[in-house]
Amino acid sequence: MITRSVGPNRQRNDRIWNAVAWVVLLMLALPALWIIITAFRPNVEINTFPPVWIPQRLTLEAYANMFGLNPEVQQRVAVEAYLRNSLLASGVSTAIAVALGTLAGYAFARFRFRFHTPLFLGIMLSRAVPGVALSLPLFLLFNRFGLVNNVLGLALVYIAINIPFTAWLMDGFFRQIPKELTESAYIDGCGYWSAFWRIELPLSLPGLATAAIFAFLAAWNEFQIVSVLARNNAAKTFPPGLFAFTEQFTVDWRGMAAMSVIMMAPAVIFVILVQRNLVSGLTFGAVKG
Amino acid sequence: MAANSNSPGEKGAATRFLEVSRIEAGFFPFAMISPALILILLVVGFPLLYSLYVSFTPYELLKPNSLNFTTARALRNYQKLLNDEIFWRSLWNTIVFLAVTVNLSYALSMALSQLLARVTVGQSLLRTLLMVPMMFAPILVGMQFRWFFNANVGLVNNFLISIGLIQEQGQIAWLVDVPLGMISIMIASIWMNIPVLTIILLAGTLSLPSETFEAAEVDGASGWQKFRFITFPLLAPFSYIALTIMSLDIARAFDIVRIMTDGGPARRTEMLWTYITRLAIEDTKFGLGSAMSWITVSLSVLFTLYFFRQLVKARIVQ
Repeated sequence: MITRSVGPNRQRNDRIWNAVAWVVLLMLALPALWIIITAFRPNVEINTFPPVWIPQRLTLEAYANMFGLNPEVQQRVAVEAYLRNSLLASGVSTAIAVALGTLAGYAFARFRFRFHTPLFLGIMLSRAVPGVALSLPLFLLFNRFGLVNNVLGLALVYIAINIPFTAWLMDGFFRQIPKELTESAYIDGCGYWSAFWRIELPLSLPGLATAAIFAFLAAWNEFQIVSVLARNNAAKTFPPGLFAFTEQFTVDWRGMAAMSVIMMAPAVIFVILVQRNLVSGLTFGAVKG
Repeated sequence: MAANSNSPGEKGAATRFLEVSRIEAGFFPFAMISPALILILLVVGFPLLYSLYVSFTPYELLKPNSLNFTTARALRNYQKLLNDEIFWRSLWNTIVFLAVTVNLSYALSMALSQLLARVTVGQSLLRTLLMVPMMFAPILVGMQFRWFFNANVGLVNNFLISIGLIQEQGQIAWLVDVPLGMISIMIASIWMNIPVLTIILLAGTLSLPSETFEAAEVDGASGWQKFRFITFPLLAPFSYIALTIMSLDIARAFDIVRIMTDGGPARRTEMLWTYITRLAIEDTKFGLGSAMSWITVSLSVLFTLYFFRQLVKARIVQ
């Protein structure tokens, strides 16, 4: 006979579970927090042995060096160029990918038509193509059209990469809207387009926001394609820009950490904004088809 | 689970999922899909076909004349790869890497989600902590662990010295030794995968009906039995969503490998993705690199297709 935990026994168990959960999650988050702290520490504390575990002094030196406020630093990392290119490529591609992905997602969620499943599957599978594999032919083709080293060329690729996941998310969100709503719109004289545009799209704005953030982050963090298509600072974004801190035998860890913190900013905003929608968006369809 | 499918007039589970009573609208849905479709065909479809063509030619970037197709030499690149020891090693490394990372990420996330489902104090703060690794781009994850595992200034060795497990002279070359290099990369990759998987599995766990568990408790089921026979099977659709998302993103591991070891030293951690870059970009052998790309694309698509099919099946059973 297995004894069931009741009363004080159960309370003690709960306390143990809570403690274990906190320890595990702190261990999971610690590496990331270490990087953030490193960005604000003086270099002497980072590179000494034995290591200084607890920061003694915080400084903005790394950022002063990065943005050229320190006259002693001659060679700077082109952080302004990375920022501009990252914002441009991610922003443009997000706007267009979300627009096109939403249209497609709506069609998949609402309508019955021939090749429904093959088309959906085909679009999803285009996302499974590894960036490395795609980057080679894109480099050869873009070379002919002058799109190598071009931020807009990069944005074009990111649109195509982001459409599948957007369509998938939006398909899920649109399916949560009761079909009766659409049908009554038809009865009231709405066409297919105005039912979508005036009734269902406004209802799915939270989903749209989630999809937009996902698309933005995917483009913002993308490395494989940009590292082949951007040969210099005219089109390099943050991820390939990180390599500017590595030389053959030395790495400027603090500089890297400092730039990482800038790179994280959109993701931090994302975590604050969409904690709730994230879960419902990703798991829709698992509960009831 | 049959009790769960309470929709009246069940007319074949498969059609129920595929056609959730959608509306017939003639040409309109095609008009809505075509912009997305055209763009994908243009930017993904056509380049892939082009790379298939290139893979049948001996094309090298610095020899423009080499981009022509001859039937006799068409399969040369594929033959070369099949006889290339490094290709097989990179394929093997990739398979081992995927098998270990996918399984361990899933198992650890499952354990963590069960742990978090029981937490009563500070839930929302804990979930925010869980999302911290999600703020990191894959390339940042790689950079961070490259630093942590660095032999001379790395956190891991410093820590081991501090607590007296290793001597100052006996620093462990995490990113160099076999099999530590692969293990380091796997740890980085698992760290990156855990948050999303855990969030999905946790959401699933919290949505399960509590009556089932109460009934099991009355019958005297142990904690493990409850997990094994109730939670785990009921979570199947969530598991497959998690695995599908992971399989779509699995090539992100390239970023990690690229910055942590770049396939080295001496090709010990070479994987399909890094080998493609080395052949095509560094050695400018685009023909060979494209052949390799096509092998990789086929494998990735099959992998994703498998999980996607399981996902559809799991949805129908419920």
